[in-house]
Amino acid sequence: MIVELAILLPFIMAAVIPFIYRRFKKVHIGWLVLAVPVVLFSILTTYIPRIVNGQTFTKTYEWIPSFNISFTTYLDGLSMIFSLLITGVGSLVILYSIFYLSTKESLHHFYCYLLLFMGAMLGVVFSDHLMVLYAFWELTSVSSFLLIAFWHHRKASRAGARKAMTITVTGGVAMLAGFLTLYTIAGTFSIRELIADVGIIQEHALFIPAMILVLLGAFTKSAQFPFHIWLPDAMEAPTPVSAYLHSATMVKAGIYLVARMSPVFGGHEVWFWAVAGVGIITLFWGSFNAVRQFDLKALLAYSTVSQLGLIMSLFGLGSAAHALGYSQESLLYTQATFAALFHLINHSTFKGALFMMVGIVDHEVGTRDIRRLGGLMALMPFTFSIAVIGSMSMAGLPPFNGFLSKEMFFTATVDILTLNIFSIESFGLLFPVIAWFASVFTFVYSAIIVGRTFFGKLQPERLEKPPHEAPIGMLIPPFILVAVVVGIFFFPNVLGRNILGPAMKSIYPSFPTKELIVDISPWHFNTALLMTIGVIIVGVLLYRSLPKWRAVYQLFSQKYTLNAYYERIIGFSESKSGWFTRLYMNGNLTYYFIYIYVIFVGIVAGYFVLSDAFVWSPAKDSAIEYYEFILLFIMVFAAVALLFTKGRITAVLLNGVLGYSVAFFFVIFRAPDLALTQLVVESVTTALFLLCFKFLPDLTKENISRAVKFSKATISILVGATVTLIGLTVLHYEKFMPISTYFEDSYNLAGGKNIVNTILGDFRAFDTMLEVVVLFIAGLGIYTLIKLKAKKGETDIEN
Amino acid sequence: MKINDVILRTVVKAVVFIILTLGVYLFFAGHNAPGGGFIGGLVLGSAVVLLYLTYDIETVHKGMPFDFKKVAAFGVLLATGTAIGSIFFNVPFLTQAAREFHFPLLGETHLSTVMIFEAGVALTVIGTLVTIILSISEDE
Repeated sequence: MIVELAILLPFIMAAVIPFIYRRFKKVHIGWLVLAVPVVLFSILTTYIPRIVNGQTFTKTYEWIPSFNISFTTYLDGLSMIFSLLITGVGSLVILYSIFYLSTKESLHHFYCYLLLFMGAMLGVVFSDHLMVLYAFWELTSVSSFLLIAFWHHRKASRAGARKAMTITVTGGVAMLAGFLTLYTIAGTFSIRELIADVGIIQEHALFIPAMILVLLGAFTKSAQFPFHIWLPDAMEAPTPVSAYLHSATMVKAGIYLVARMSPVFGGHEVWFWAVAGVGIITLFWGSFNAVRQFDLKALLAYSTVSQLGLIMSLFGLGSAAHALGYSQESLLYTQATFAALFHLINHSTFKGALFMMVGIVDHEVGTRDIRRLGGLMALMPFTFSIAVIGSMSMAGLPPFNGFLSKEMFFTATVDILTLNIFSIESFGLLFPVIAWFASVFTFVYSAIIVGRTFFGKLQPERLEKPPHEAPIGMLIPPFILVAVVVGIFFFPNVLGRNILGPAMKSIYPSFPTKELIVDISPWHFNTALLMTIGVIIVGVLLYRSLPKWRAVYQLFSQKYTLNAYYERIIGFSESKSGWFTRLYMNGNLTYYFIYIYVIFVGIVAGYFVLSDAFVWSPAKDSAIEYYEFILLFIMVFAAVALLFTKGRITAVLLNGVLGYSVAFFFVIFRAPDLALTQLVVESVTTALFLLCFKFLPDLTKENISRAVKFSKATISILVGATVTLIGLTVLHYEKFMPISTYFEDSYNLAGGKNIVNTILGDFRAFDTMLEVVVLFIAGLGIYTLIKLKAKKGETDIEN
Repeated sequence: MKINDVILRTVVKAVVFIILTLGVYLFFAGHNAPGGGFIGGLVLGSAVVLLYLTYDIETVHKGMPFDFKKVAAFGVLLATGTAIGSIFFNVPFLTQAAREFHFPLLGETHLSTVMIFEAGVALTVIGTLVTIILSISEDE
């Protein structure tokens, strides 16, 4: 029960906020929102003991049974880790944002989007059904889009939001295709059933395509190379959003998916190399590029990319144990996964603190550019201590939690060399080597964060505001995080036994849980420690000599960056699709009529000709009365006269004659509903035409060539002929069953005697409902087109 | 030049009520006789348009201070709302219910939830019609 509530509560709150935010003029509405994650976090923690005992919590609601879609929630160790991160970091971020965002901002939008995100993210980690997971997954992309573009008056915000959306949703669609492929293989959307059927799935020919499609979704979401380019641009979002979505939670959704699906896909060579390989490349590329950044947030963005790569590669290395099956030897490789989960938590703590620290600097000083910052240590002592602890943990130094997980990462990359499958002997050595180099750069950029911001010379003239310490409310959340950073270092096994162990069980269902838990010792001596010492020595040297080797980055041409390729692809598709659209949407109404009529004649007349369905049997028709001839004559006269009119008013009146005559025919043929409708619609449209005429120029004679005239005449005659022939045919058409008999019993079926109305309001009510919606949208469209267009001389509000 | 429209004004004053009555009649007649939400809404809407054509916008607005966009939006909500409402009674989407009721004075009356649905249709039609005609005529 509680799990569904956890998903629903943020959505409920998001729905309530627009109605009550007006009452929160003096008090920051964030205080109310803060209750949601705090309550959820506290309730979830009470489940930890039962999860440790191996219990899981499942609940199923039928949603769309005809499509085999059910809303199944599933709480186990793995979803526990993520849900604790989502609600825990969420609480701190909301507390932080109360002080970060002033009440002048459109806070109701902000918290509405943030809660939407929280609910969607909880939905992702708690869903057992792949389709439901996909829906929540895309909802996180949408809410991330809205949050990045929160300051939508800035061009960079909009561009960043669009880029993030384009890349993650493209990956999401690939993932959907992957899920559908899995469904065709195994016939189920349930993750747990997929894991149970793993034997069948791995033998199937579509196994590799499904795996690659699912990985595309995970890699785009988790900003893995080469899809990482959206994450630095997403930093245009307000800092609390960057701390929450783009470092602690949303970007970890891809990692969650990899972890969740590894019992299904893990154990295959392609999975091992794809996940570990892409991860380790991302690790290096991210940390290498972080060093060149001048904007602190951009630096943190690249560092997040790099750390996500680290976690991803660990999951890849850990998947080797799936291939070997349970044995004492394969337990060695599960330690990589353990390290991945451990680092996942550690990264959220220190990176969250660092983002908040950068937000404080930006907020109190007015800039995040390290060329303008410096010497803030004495002025902002608390912020400084947060920065030191966060950076040292990120660089992998003791006594902080990053040290432990970084050491375990080094160990895992060394241990994998003993593996004797997956042709590890050819490229395996690259893992520890790349990991070591990447860690050196990690050390360098961590040093840059602290060194360039807080040491050096203060340059007050280049800062926007006189620097001073932040309000206490902004300091509390990062302080809680750094306290956790230190706490985990001294008591890592509390976390290991209670949180990480149960999650390991979800990833390795066939292994005994007890043996999956690694005993982490803060004080140790092994190869990994030697590697860390090497990192520190080389890192310090590189940081000292940074100005000398910075020129290395100039070697990369601006033309060949991934961003340039992205821009080129987007520009190409925009210009080509624009060209194609302009080809037929040329703004000339005559052409649009031609398209409509040619297609109409083509399909309708084409069908009747091909199926030889035209029927001509006047003998069966009833005789034509003289007054029908009179009406017909009037109509023919009006139609022909319409062709030769010079004025618009005459044309409209003649058109009205046609319409009213049709209404008379309806009367004669005893269709009062149609006649009534026709009469009123005709009157209203005539009035509408007359209204519009004051905006139109007089009719002028067009100079068109004989060929065009001829083709227009042909189309007109064809349309007329088609309609006439079909009208004559349908009376005796016998290829389909007539449906009119079905409606005759309307009083018993629908409670009404008027068949026309029971069709509208009951038998075909769905059509009516949608027509009403369409009508409304059309009305609003006309209203906005006319009322909201820019007045002459007025510039666009954009920018 | 001011157009002399005394005749139009005088006639419209009387005719509008006839049209409005007809519209209401058509709306209620719809279930068992010609009429219904769409046609009723259209007739009511055209009566409003007729008023706007005869008198100026301010005068009519004083008598009928509605925002017709909101009328249309409310209509859509009503129509979709009755459709969704049926789910809560554990019957498929858009299922309508009908029953005979006995009222004092009125006698046996046949009531149906289609009526609410049709009211939504009628309101949307009125609202959209007036919105479109007003925005076009107010455009410079």
